Amino acid sequence: MSTQINEDRATGVSAPARLSSLDTLESEAIHIIREVVAEFEKPALLFSGGKDSVVMLHLATKAFWPGRVPFPVLHVDTGHNFPEVIEFRDRTVERLGLRLVVGSVQEFIDSGELAERADGTRNPLQTVPLLDAIQRNKFDAVFGGGRRDEDKARAKERILSLRDEFGQWDPRNQRPELWNLYNGRHTVGQHVRAFPISNWTELDVWRYIERENIDLPHLYYAHDREVFARDGMWRAVGEVSQPRDTEQVITKTVRYRTVGDMSCTGAVESAAATVREVVIEVAASTITERGATRADDRISEAAMEDRKKDGYF
Amino acid sequence: MSTELDTARAAALLGEAPLAHRFLSATLFRFATAGSVDDGKSTLVGRLLHDSKAILADQLDAVARTSADRGFGGSGATGTQAIDLALLTDGLRAEREQGITIDVAYRYFATDRRSFILADCPGHVQYTKNTVTGASTADAVVVLIDARKGVLEQTRRHLSVLQLLRVAHVIVAVNKIDLVDFSEAVFRGIEADVQQVGRELGLGRDDPNTGGITDLFVIPVSALDGDNVVDRSDRTPWYDGPALLEVLQTLPAADELESHLESFRFPVQLVVRPQGALAPDAIAAGIDVEGFRDYRAYAGQITEGSVKLGDQVSVLTPGQAPRTTTVTGIDFAGQRLTEAVAPQSVALRLADEFDVARGDTIAAAGPAGGKIPQASADLYAALCWLSPKPLREGAKVLVKHGTRTVQALVRNVTGKLDLANFQLEPTTTLELNDIGHAQLRLAAPLPLENYLHHRRTGAFLVIDPLDGNTLAAGLVKDHPGDHEDERYSI
Repeated sequence: MSTQINEDRATGVSAPARLSSLDTLESEAIHIIREVVAEFEKPALLFSGGKDSVVMLHLATKAFWPGRVPFPVLHVDTGHNFPEVIEFRDRTVERLGLRLVVGSVQEFIDSGELAERADGTRNPLQTVPLLDAIQRNKFDAVFGGGRRDEDKARAKERILSLRDEFGQWDPRNQRPELWNLYNGRHTVGQHVRAFPISNWTELDVWRYIERENIDLPHLYYAHDREVFARDGMWRAVGEVSQPRDTEQVITKTVRYRTVGDMSCTGAVESAAATVREVVIEVAASTITERGATRADDRISEAAMEDRKKDGYF
Repeated sequence: MSTELDTARAAALLGEAPLAHRFLSATLFRFATAGSVDDGKSTLVGRLLHDSKAILADQLDAVARTSADRGFGGSGATGTQAIDLALLTDGLRAEREQGITIDVAYRYFATDRRSFILADCPGHVQYTKNTVTGASTADAVVVLIDARKGVLEQTRRHLSVLQLLRVAHVIVAVNKIDLVDFSEAVFRGIEADVQQVGRELGLGRDDPNTGGITDLFVIPVSALDGDNVVDRSDRTPWYDGPALLEVLQTLPAADELESHLESFRFPVQLVVRPQGALAPDAIAAGIDVEGFRDYRAYAGQITEGSVKLGDQVSVLTPGQAPRTTTVTGIDFAGQRLTEAVAPQSVALRLADEFDVARGDTIAAAGPAGGKIPQASADLYAALCWLSPKPLREGAKVLVKHGTRTVQALVRNVTGKLDLANFQLEPTTTLELNDIGHAQLRLAAPLPLENYLHHRRTGAFLVIDPLDGNTLAAGLVKDHPGDHEDERYSI
């Protein structure tokens, strides 16, 4: 960072100090992470191994360097995760010496507290185990990697977003957020979701991954995979994602733009095998990341709005 | 299913080669929009997003389908005329069902020079609350005026709020200029009215009373057709100024302006003191574990000015005399910086082992840094009341200032602003969307500074101690005894 902002000074030019947009976004996110840690008793960070949560964790390591990240990470495991993402999650937690708390959708299904959906998608089922883990561990603040550019419901989300005793989001009753003064006051039973990278776009996230040389699960980069077409997306063939008789399996060079539940996350055809190639591809893409890869967001125009109101990420 | 690529879009966002250089040079700029009902704000925002290619194909398809369903235009599927650009900013289902806009929505677009964050503030209901919220983080605010209607009372209110919040740049877009036949006379008339209001308020760089706080631009636009929005229009040959996006691309961000101030301010967020419990990744990266055993640094975000190694600074702890020391380290995640500027988040090391904690402020010491903020338990402020629960004299509230929250008693409400006439009227209460003056007594002193000169350390929140809700946005004013400019005491 110092080298970038001091470029002008190094050559003796007294040009105005200007931070790049990534520097500004990074500083804002670190400020928010530190505020939450300073003002809350028991924060946790949602960590799925997806790129946004990986960036969040990277920012947390920078915020408290050279100390440890002072909170555990929480993963809601749908039971339908990509094996390589779970492996990446465990490796990262080990590398940073973090405590991992897992909320399991499978356990809730096994105990009868949740029922499998007819369409086989488990993404919407994550809300119950998420709220259960928050309650059981008494987390009062939960960091998420949600970004406002993802969806119109997210566009109205606060950076610090209050959730009631039922984990619900009430878009009509949000606190105004002024300057960089964040109001995290809450009563017993309520908790706060904190979104430090609210103001980042998909392209910012990728440019940051490139600049900071951040390791990601390999399925974000182009690879050959057996896939079949469904709902206008390429679905991977896997234990929980089997083609129907009419769906033909072929091998394609693909990558994932989002990494979620295998049962509803689609791959895109892509030759972008390096972070630089992905940055260029994202900048040139004419379709949003959720539109391209998330079956659950195609259910209705207000799919995310409905899930968020119930306490989703 | 394949990723459809638009190389022109990529070039627009990333710039031409060398890519790496472009990545680093793009800066962030935050702006908000404010307008009255039906002045075309949604269309203008849609136009900016559309013409800067921030709208992707799947979003555009959805809007085109809805436009067709609602019988908008209909000349062709691909032309921009056929879609209702206002739908690009359509909100939540809860809003559509009730025909309302809930509150500020944030939108993002970028050019090769800048990444923009747009706070889209609804104009009709609770405009003061939304405008204050959007403007508090904005580098610029675009105020819309309908060319057929000119400066309305609402316009005066908007400009008044922006002046109070000392937004760095105010841009007045005179919209629907196509509906007055691109008439120069109409535009010049509105421009003169805007400048007259600006003079009354002290807006504008030239105004000697404001010390050059705010820019004021007036631009003729047609959001519907795109005139002077992204590109200059040849239908307004009498206007030789820049298009709206040109202005937004070139104005300095507020942080950029404030990073040059000599008055370095750094509210301490927390103390980084690992006491041997170092991060495994830092150890793996090979840091000197012994050397970091007694590491102690103060983490925070610079709110204004800059700091260099060796700078003399004062540590301000409310209730104690300022303590002066030297900056011996500026750390950022393993990097040792020689200098840092607002709004960087860093960790400072100091020469003396003072007891420094969250809530303290580190500030420039010495003559160059100007006046050190004096801690005071008497708070005089303008309050923008944002809650349906009215303010009453004698109320107990919480005041959050910087990284400190203290209890406070509302001693009296000294007046309410008539935003249209810029007059202070006597009152003893403030209600939702009111802006007024009040005097508070704090349970512990705070290093308060006049908001006029210190946008970050002059701002505070008023919080309800019962339910924790934010009641008001507060702007610190000088004590009535030593005020400077009458105009600012509205």
